[in-house]
Amino acid sequence: MSEMVLLGDEAVAIGAVHAGLTAAYAYPGTPSTEILEYLIRHRAGAGRPLATWATNEKTAYEEAMGVSMAGRRALVAMKHVGLNVAADPFMNSAIVSIHGGLVVVVADDPGMHSSQNEQDSRYYAEFARVVCLEPANQQEAYEMTREAFDLSERFHIPVLVRLVTRLAHSRAVVKVADARAENPVSKVPSASSWILLPSNARRQWRDLLGRQKDFAAYSESSRHNTLELNRERPEIGIITTGLARNYYAENLEELPCRPSHLHIGAYPVPVDKVRALVNSVGKVLVLEEGYPFVERTLRGVMPLQVPVLGKESGDVPPDGELTPDIVRASLGLPSRSGVSIPGLSLPSRPPQLCAGCPHADTFDAIKLALAGFEQPVVTSDIGCYTLGALPPYGAIESCVCMGASVGMAKGASDAGIRPALGIIGDSTFLHSGVTPLMDAVASDAEMTLIIVDNETTAMTGGQPTILPSSRLEQVVKGVGVDPAHVHVVEAHRRHTQANAEIIRRELAHPGLSVIIAVRECIETAKAKARDRKKRDAPAS
Amino acid sequence: MKYDIILAGVGGQGVLSVSAIIASSAINEGLAVKQSEVHGMSQRGGAVLANLRLSDKPVASDLIPLGSASMILSMEPLESLRYLEYLSPEGSVISAVDPVRNIPDYPELETILAAIRSLPRAKLVEAERLARQAGSARATNMVIVGAASHRLPVRVETLEQFIRRLFEAKGAQVVETNLKAFRAGREAAA
Repeated sequence: MSEMVLLGDEAVAIGAVHAGLTAAYAYPGTPSTEILEYLIRHRAGAGRPLATWATNEKTAYEEAMGVSMAGRRALVAMKHVGLNVAADPFMNSAIVSIHGGLVVVVADDPGMHSSQNEQDSRYYAEFARVVCLEPANQQEAYEMTREAFDLSERFHIPVLVRLVTRLAHSRAVVKVADARAENPVSKVPSASSWILLPSNARRQWRDLLGRQKDFAAYSESSRHNTLELNRERPEIGIITTGLARNYYAENLEELPCRPSHLHIGAYPVPVDKVRALVNSVGKVLVLEEGYPFVERTLRGVMPLQVPVLGKESGDVPPDGELTPDIVRASLGLPSRSGVSIPGLSLPSRPPQLCAGCPHADTFDAIKLALAGFEQPVVTSDIGCYTLGALPPYGAIESCVCMGASVGMAKGASDAGIRPALGIIGDSTFLHSGVTPLMDAVASDAEMTLIIVDNETTAMTGGQPTILPSSRLEQVVKGVGVDPAHVHVVEAHRRHTQANAEIIRRELAHPGLSVIIAVRECIETAKAKARDRKKRDAPAS
Repeated sequence: MKYDIILAGVGGQGVLSVSAIIASSAINEGLAVKQSEVHGMSQRGGAVLANLRLSDKPVASDLIPLGSASMILSMEPLESLRYLEYLSPEGSVISAVDPVRNIPDYPELETILAAIRSLPRAKLVEAERLARQAGSARATNMVIVGAASHRLPVRVETLEQFIRRLFEAKGAQVVETNLKAFRAGREAAA
């Protein structure tokens, strides 16, 4: 047993290594990125397990399924919206008989620190009818990840580990145990459990439904679901999940008494424990990070046995993330105030493109090219260039989901808007932009796509793109974009006028065109220069 | 004993290194520590906030409750005022005087500095100047650690030990510059 100081993400990573992981896959996404970053660094030192970035969350998941089919343990990590991309393999991997442990770690982002929504991944686990573990601290992140692999092999299902931003990106001391060896290669004993032809799928689905009682029995007896009854104080009972337990504990000593308390760290919801709590209290307060998942399970549609307080009753804010102070208020404790300076108002300091960012030069060229058009549309996507929405650029009109800029530009063009311009980054293009580009090729859609190619996945910290930047032009031409309307330009201010001219010319072309605006991200260029300096420095 | 610190600054100023040095030192001295960081979008030149909690008992919440921080430690004067609601009435503010003016509506610097001075137990440090004197403006964040060191519940020798450890891979001169910066900050806030 030794101690390490770890982020929640890193505790998951080392937990997986110690569980005998063979391979891990992910696409970068805040707040999950550090899981694979840790595993990639670990591999560079230790040689194993395999840890690589994937084109997107779906391909990552499918590679992990292949590892499981070979009887070995695989981890796939993503942010919450990444599971939408991987939903197809995720849902169907619940139907096959998982062989080597398959653990999917999903980091939710309540409060939307760095995301476009705050969807709650516990619903996905329930949707797929599988087990979900929700750690409340770094130690549990380590232990639950290890346990998730065992559960996956015991129940033959993928197991979902749900993190949230504040755990993913918070550091604490973690006690780690001895590592378990990797599984040897051993193919699934019966291929038919992985061939989801309808006749097999019906059998597999019935089988999964039949095992729900096993999952429920596990949940009832899990050490992660703890019930403490205080029969002296029957007025109120508290249910916490995940980090809510910490915020509750933070305020507990100020409560006049210790209420009965059920903490849920393992799902499905332990129904008997919930009933035991409800039967001994006059009302229940549910504190959970994300959607009112447990609260709605309690409410149902039938008359309530006792009042249920939570996000749906207005006792807890329905959106955003929990804080110690929100939980404090829901417990009826007076708010604490800090220091204030009357009359002081501070300007906000939003994130912005770095000085010297190549995207800024491309936005300048785009603004010049669009000048004079009455009603252009500029769809955009997920990445640093989304900051082009903010002043001084105000250059984009949409940011919805990975790759959407391409299909949306085509749709807007189909609807009759001219010119229709899409802006997408190199990594996002490879993640989800190639397939809609094929739609645009098929109908020679009257639109222009600008790929802002900074040769990295910048927003998440500069991970390498899955293909080198130099190959983008071949990809674009390879799917059939007319080479006469494919341009590669340098995204630099000395070319702003010339680039604006090219964009303007292509906006006038009555068909599909693609402009790749290339210049390396200023931050990755700096990091590479630092590395070179370190390498070239004489050893001291 | 419980000592909550709000660490503030602007993306790229080395706030997380400040947090790492104090956190490692506290763990080394047997304290329980939780250190909540901001990654991702907010790091792009925006306001950056870290919560560092030190205690002799286990720490439950990763986030500091309102009105309970013992210290706001800031790399930038405007940012030192952004999180006052978290500061305990008995808490102190330590901030660098050097503004990062990457927004169009940055207030008059003197207004900001006067607001900081109006707080009890506030300390303004000429962090960048002291860091340059020590050998490099990049050591500005270590001046801030030094300025905070009088009040932190960890020994100064332990802080110095972890500054050495953080920079040792970069060579003896970088270590020396950062230690000098640390001591200059400590002296300035004495």
